[in-house]
Amino acid sequence: MATEERALQQSGGQQTFKRRPRPGELAIRGFLFFCGVLSIATTLGIVYELGKESLLFFQDDRVSIGEFFTTTIWQPQAGGFGIWPLVLGTLYISFIAMLVAVPIGLAAAIYLSEYASNRVRGFLKPVLEVLVGIPTVVYGFFALTFMTPLLRSLLGSNVVGFFNVLSAGIVIGILIVPLISSLAEDALRAVPDSLRQAAYALGASKLEVSTRVVVPAALSGIAAGFVVAMSRAVGETMVVTLASGASPRNFMLGEDSLFSYILNPFQGAQAMTGYVAITANGDLGYNTIDYNSIFAIGLTLFFMTLGLNSLSRRFVRRFRQVYE
Amino acid sequence: MSIEAPERPGRVEDLYPSEQEYIGHLGRRLRKAAVFRLFCLAMLSIAVLALATLLYTIINDSFGLVAIVNENDPEGIVAGLGHDPEEVGLENLEYDELVGLLEGTVSSGVGRRLERDQRFYEDRLVFESDATWAEICTSDAPPSGCTLGPRGQSDILALVFERVVVPDVIATYELIPSLFSPEVFEEEVAAAFEAGRFPDHTPDQAAIEWRSWFNPTFLTTPQNSTPEIAGIRTAIIGSAWLVVITLLFAVPVGVGAAIYLVEYAKPSRLNDFIQTNINNLAGVPSIIYGMLGLAIFVRVLEPFTSGAIFTDGVPPSDNGRTVIAAGLTLGLLTLPVVIISAQEALKSVPNSLRHAGLALGATRWQTVRSQILPVALPGILTGTILAVARAVGETAPLILVGAASFITTDPTGPFSKFTALPIQIFQWTSFPQQEFRHIAAAASLALLLLLLTLNAAAVILRNRYSRRAE
Amino acid sequence: MTNETSTESRLNEMIEEPMTSAQENQAEPEITVVRPPGVIETKNMYVFYGDFMAVADVSLNFGKNEISALIGPSGCGKSTVLRSLNRMNDLVASARTEGEVHYHGENIYAEGVDPVEVRRTIGMVFQKPNPFPKSIFDNIAWGAKINGFRGNKSETEGLVQEALEGAALWDEVKDKLAESGYSLSGGQQQRLCIARAIATKPDVILMDEPCSALDPIATLRIEELMLELKENYSIIIVTHNMQQAARVSDRTAFFNVKLNDTGMRTGRLVEYSPTDQLFTSPTEKDTEDYITGRFG
Repeated sequence: MATEERALQQSGGQQTFKRRPRPGELAIRGFLFFCGVLSIATTLGIVYELGKESLLFFQDDRVSIGEFFTTTIWQPQAGGFGIWPLVLGTLYISFIAMLVAVPIGLAAAIYLSEYASNRVRGFLKPVLEVLVGIPTVVYGFFALTFMTPLLRSLLGSNVVGFFNVLSAGIVIGILIVPLISSLAEDALRAVPDSLRQAAYALGASKLEVSTRVVVPAALSGIAAGFVVAMSRAVGETMVVTLASGASPRNFMLGEDSLFSYILNPFQGAQAMTGYVAITANGDLGYNTIDYNSIFAIGLTLFFMTLGLNSLSRRFVRRFRQVYE
Repeated sequence: MSIEAPERPGRVEDLYPSEQEYIGHLGRRLRKAAVFRLFCLAMLSIAVLALATLLYTIINDSFGLVAIVNENDPEGIVAGLGHDPEEVGLENLEYDELVGLLEGTVSSGVGRRLERDQRFYEDRLVFESDATWAEICTSDAPPSGCTLGPRGQSDILALVFERVVVPDVIATYELIPSLFSPEVFEEEVAAAFEAGRFPDHTPDQAAIEWRSWFNPTFLTTPQNSTPEIAGIRTAIIGSAWLVVITLLFAVPVGVGAAIYLVEYAKPSRLNDFIQTNINNLAGVPSIIYGMLGLAIFVRVLEPFTSGAIFTDGVPPSDNGRTVIAAGLTLGLLTLPVVIISAQEALKSVPNSLRHAGLALGATRWQTVRSQILPVALPGILTGTILAVARAVGETAPLILVGAASFITTDPTGPFSKFTALPIQIFQWTSFPQQEFRHIAAAASLALLLLLLTLNAAAVILRNRYSRRAE
Repeated sequence: MTNETSTESRLNEMIEEPMTSAQENQAEPEITVVRPPGVIETKNMYVFYGDFMAVADVSLNFGKNEISALIGPSGCGKSTVLRSLNRMNDLVASARTEGEVHYHGENIYAEGVDPVEVRRTIGMVFQKPNPFPKSIFDNIAWGAKINGFRGNKSETEGLVQEALEGAALWDEVKDKLAESGYSLSGGQQQRLCIARAIATKPDVILMDEPCSALDPIATLRIEELMLELKENYSIIIVTHNMQQAARVSDRTAFFNVKLNDTGMRTGRLVEYSPTDQLFTSPTEKDTEDYITGRFG
């Protein structure tokens, strides 16, 4: 038999299947593994560099970690290194953004998932996606040239400042709408139709089915969408830099009025990302305290978004468990 | 069945509303449902409306009427050279004529400076003497004109506009009002003159003309501090360089990592960690990548990114804030996105192909290379294009890595200083003058068109190949 | 039945001692028959997926140039056993094989054995036809190329033709070799997969329910093909269709699921006999119950 002969020829009477050394395979596999590991190197790089410079920052005589996390004045030239004004700026703007994006995004998602026909959905969903694809610097331009003048003409230019939190927040809210609507819509559509059928069969109206049956069933996925959007809003740089100004909202609890100053949305408040961008845009010498300060802020920002992203993944996992 | 509470009606059915009550309720419920539907639709419309408003704002600011005062009228200049101004415009003049105009207008000091930045001719000097030129070019710090090639047509044209014509836009008007109520603009300008807003000019000097801030010349003119003649060529070339470097870095590494994770990696702690890590990195704000780029590529790797280790003498750049540093930073930024989308593309290839290949006695790489990759390639390409589109619009990392706020010379190599389109938009948006607002809008329009092209290419690619694959 | 005599006589030629398991009065369910080791022989093979014991203690002796069928109810582990024979189980991360599988006397699960080499000589055809998204010609040529076939263009063409003839597909596709493999019908695609497998000149062809996705006419053609291929190859097929096993195979192994004390469902080999014998006078009660349809 030909095959027998071939087998015998290969073996020469001995092991036919000896593992042949394949250096090419090994090299390729090694290269691919290296590529995968590079991603870990990136994370390590981020943590290391941010950490190193932050350490230098905190080691400076003028700064202490306690001061950084507990005081509420950010004025580097005058020795004020409390992070809270910047955090206030970031969180306030993100809060306004979420106020805008959540109703719009969720309602849009419900409409697309429960009411719209396939054709309409096929057309509108990409249109919404466009919103998140527009570069943020263009949104900044939009905030400055449209939103702020609009607010000023609606509410009076003595009420609304040239830089204001509201304008930045609204524009960022528009920017992140697709993050909520896409994830929420996917979550809603993943709810099995049998659930809806059961509710309809009991005589429920469409509103009741959507809000009392489908949305609760898709809650984890929707929550994941919220958290992703929030994370994006927190990390957003260009809109806050252009529209919310470069003055940190320094405050003193107890002394400053809560509503007409600290939580006033009509004036500007520098955000964490805004501070980093403005500082780096100027002349920045290495090893100055300004240089190190942006890394300290960056580290804080990194952990904030890391926490938010982990939270959103936890929601997604819970969501998947229910339906798989 | 027994009902505990004695107060309640004897039959469970009696707990339900009566027929009439039910119909009354029903009407209310259905009305609420209709309102809810309208509400959702309204919210959806608001989102679409916001998008439309944004696009409208940009287009509105990119075209319109302007009141413009030229120190020297282009028509007069052209006529002075003996051409018919009806037929010939400034842009049709010969290179030599344009240089001649400059010679006749600018001071020798300015002319020498211009020549040192970049020469006008390859073979002769206009403002400098040969001896002086030779001397400065062999000194320790020769100016850029010694090494750069001669200026191009659009360059000279921009210079002539800047130095000879000296246009000054004193008032602007947006597109829609310009189309529908131009007379209002004229009245406003006249009123502004009367109110003494333009002390340097007289009303008859000002011409009201149509201006497309976004026009082909805008795309080919280099950057300039005067908004009337500034263009985005420098920025476009800078962005193009960035895209190339980003692709060269992110695509091989990203696709390689994806192939490893999908085809080779066995479930293990390390591989799970790598995957989680990549998912995390995709959500990190872009400004943090900028910081990483600043700390590592610009600072630590300065010998490399400034090009110093490649040349013995003077490095191409005196610090690490170069195109390659920015390109690598953007590469790191897009890497997680490329990996994730390549993974999706690879996972969508049916397992039966892998089994078929391996069962024939092929090695893992042979199967991947010949059977899996070709099928996954369109998906990988689509994902790459989308990742690149995202990188093109990023501003924050570039600010951190040190995109130059003002350069006029195009980048010549990976170790040059650079600027990019989003940076230009950012800069111009921050200036208060009206003219800057218009060129910022025009630049935004250019950027959006570029992104539209990229995204359209990705969608076409996806549709074409998903139709082909059964 | 007329077949019985020829089967019997063929078997008698191959073994040294007369078979004992065919006799009714044979009390022991002893499966071991003294035969020379076949082309593949499993010895006390166990397959685990993690902690789950999928198949236990399988000892089988597959003969050369025979068609051996593995039958049994679903979940009995017959596909698992088949995939262990060419180490395709290695592709499942949690799979673990204990025991030995000998190919011409050599344990393919020994240390230092390259699964890639194993799969070259032990080919496989899958349940759902899976041609590559390439031309018919390239489908076959690729397998040869990666196995080091060094022929020039005309030699490659010759190889392709030979393979397609061997799979009884040549006449139908000889004019459209450049067309995509997907342009063929289901039955033709499966024959293409068979041609692809035999182009690498294997010794053994494993077939995992090769006809279950095909209509009866295509099934018949494949069964005829199998009988032709038997002359040059040894074939081991898994089938859930008892009648198919009865039609084509020389020997049949019956597997069944057994529940052990912890509630784990493990597949075990119940009986392995010449086909006619298994179907007409099986030794085990389980076998008889299965083939008469009392369960399955």
